[in-house]
Amino acid sequence: MCGIVGLYLKNPQLESQLGKLFEPMLEAMTDRGPDSAGFAIYGDEVADGWVKLTLQATTEGFDFAALVKAVGKKLGAELDWFQNASAIVLKIKAEESAVRAALSELAPSVRIMSAGQSIEILKGMGLPREISERFGLASMKGSHIIGHTRMATESAVTMEGSHPFSTGADLCLVHNGSLSNHFRLRQELRREGIHFETENDTEVAAGYLAWRLQQGDSLKQALDSSLEALDGFFTFAIGTRNGFAVIRDPIACKPAILAETDDYVAMASEYQALSSLPGIDKAKVWEPVPATLYIWERKKEHAA
Amino acid sequence: MKTIDLSSASVRDLNQALHDQAQAVDEREWVVTHPNGAHNLAVGVNEAISIDIQGHAGYYCAGMNQKASVTVHGNVGVGCAENMMSGYVRVKGSASQAAGATAHGGLLVIEGDAGARCGISMKGIDIVVGGSIGHMSCFMGQAGRLVVCGDAGDALGDSLYETRIFVKGSVESLGSDCIEKEMRAEHIEELQALLNRAGFKENAADFKRYGSARQLYNFKVDNASAY
Repeated sequence: MCGIVGLYLKNPQLESQLGKLFEPMLEAMTDRGPDSAGFAIYGDEVADGWVKLTLQATTEGFDFAALVKAVGKKLGAELDWFQNASAIVLKIKAEESAVRAALSELAPSVRIMSAGQSIEILKGMGLPREISERFGLASMKGSHIIGHTRMATESAVTMEGSHPFSTGADLCLVHNGSLSNHFRLRQELRREGIHFETENDTEVAAGYLAWRLQQGDSLKQALDSSLEALDGFFTFAIGTRNGFAVIRDPIACKPAILAETDDYVAMASEYQALSSLPGIDKAKVWEPVPATLYIWERKKEHAA
Repeated sequence: MKTIDLSSASVRDLNQALHDQAQAVDEREWVVTHPNGAHNLAVGVNEAISIDIQGHAGYYCAGMNQKASVTVHGNVGVGCAENMMSGYVRVKGSASQAAGATAHGGLLVIEGDAGARCGISMKGIDIVVGGSIGHMSCFMGQAGRLVVCGDAGDALGDSLYETRIFVKGSVESLGSDCIEKEMRAEHIEELQALLNRAGFKENAADFKRYGSARQLYNFKVDNASAY
C-alpha cells in the first residue's frame, strides 16, 4: 500500500500557497505510507541555457559547498545554489550531460534526484510529517506538485527507494501498486542503456517511460504503451514541466480520486487527502476510469 | 436525534455509540457531520435505526449493515455496504469500486455512478444504480438483483450464478457465461416494483435482462484435457 497525491493550480494567484495547501494532503496519506515520503515541486524556472538539479548526499554532513565550487571550476559555468536539509538545489548555466559527468567524477556517491528547468524532487525516509518539516514544504511556492507516502512491499526502505522517481528532464513518477515483471524489464532496459540505482519496481516504470520518451514517444504514447509493457497493479501520477497526468492499470485495484474546481485539479489515493482543500465541497469529484490517461497542462511555449 | 461531529469525535466513538444500540435502542435517528472521507463509518450496525452521513464517506461505509437505514449525502469509497445482511443504504453521490460486494440482503441505492466490481459475489442484496457501473460488475453473483439505469462496463456478470441483472443502457461486454435473456411480463413487474422502491422514475420496459447461461455450473468431462 502507498499513498499518492497531486495538486495542480489553475489559478496562478494560489502559487504562493502551493506548499501550504499540499502539506495536509501528503500528511493525510500517512496511514497508507508511513515509512518514507517525498514530493516533486515545479516552479522557480531557470532561464534557457541553464539547468536545475536536485542532489542528495548519502552521507551525513556532506560538504556540498566544496562540491559546488569544484563543479563550477571544472565547467567554468555561472551557477547558483542553496541547501535544504540533506539536499541541495543547483542552478547552473551548462548542459545537463556535462553537469552529470562532472558530478559522477567529483562525487560519485551524490544522488541526482531530478534535473530540468523547473522540477525539484525532495524525498527521504520517515513519516510524511517529518519529510514535509525537514524540507519546509509548507512555505514552498510553485505551480504544481506531486507527492508520495510509501509502505514498501517490493524493495528496501531507503532514500533511493522512495518516490518520486525522475523519468527525464522535468518529468517524474509516483506509484501506488506493485509491478510483477520489473526484474525482466529492468534487464531489457539496461540493454537499452537505461541506468538503474535500486531494485525498486517503480524505478523500472520510470526507466521504461524515460526510454520510450527517448525513443521519441509523446508522454501520452509512452503511458499508453506502459499499459501493455507493465504487468501488475498501478495508479501513477506523472509530473511534467507544465502540469500533471494520472493513469491507472486496466484492472484498477489501486484507488484514485480526482477533484476539480476553477482554482485547481487535485488527485489522491483517497478522498480524505482532498478534504482540506478550499472549496472542495463544491468541487467536481470523480474516480478516474481505468486504462485512461488524464492530463492537465498549462499552455506554455514549451511542450512537455 | 443525536448528532456526532467527526471533526471532534473519532470513528471509534461513532461506531461504538451505534453498536451500543444493540443492547437497548434509545435513539432512532443519528446524524454524522464532517465525515471528510473517513473510512468504516457506521459499520456493523445491528438495529433498525436511521443514520444520515452529511458529506463524503471513505471505504466500507455501512459494511455488514443489518436492519439500519443509512443515507450518505456525498460519495463513498471502496466497498460501500459490503456484506450487508438487511436494511437500506442510499448514496446520493457516486460509489467507488466493489459497492455491495458479497452482500446477502437489503437494498443499496447509488444515485450516481458505481465503479468497477459493483456487486461482486453478491448473495441476495438488491442494488440499484442511477448512473453507470464499471468493469467486472456482478462477477460470480449468486443471488439478488443488480439494476443499472446507465451503462455497464466490460465483462458484466462473469461466471454468474443466479443474480438477475437489468441494464437500461449499453453493456460494453458480457463476461463468461452471462447472456441476455428475454424480458417477460413477470420481469417487468418485478423490476418496476424494485425501481419504485428505490425511488427512480424509470420505465421497467426500457431495460434488458441478463443472467447466467448455466454452462459453468458443472464440470464437463469433454474439458478434462484442459486441466
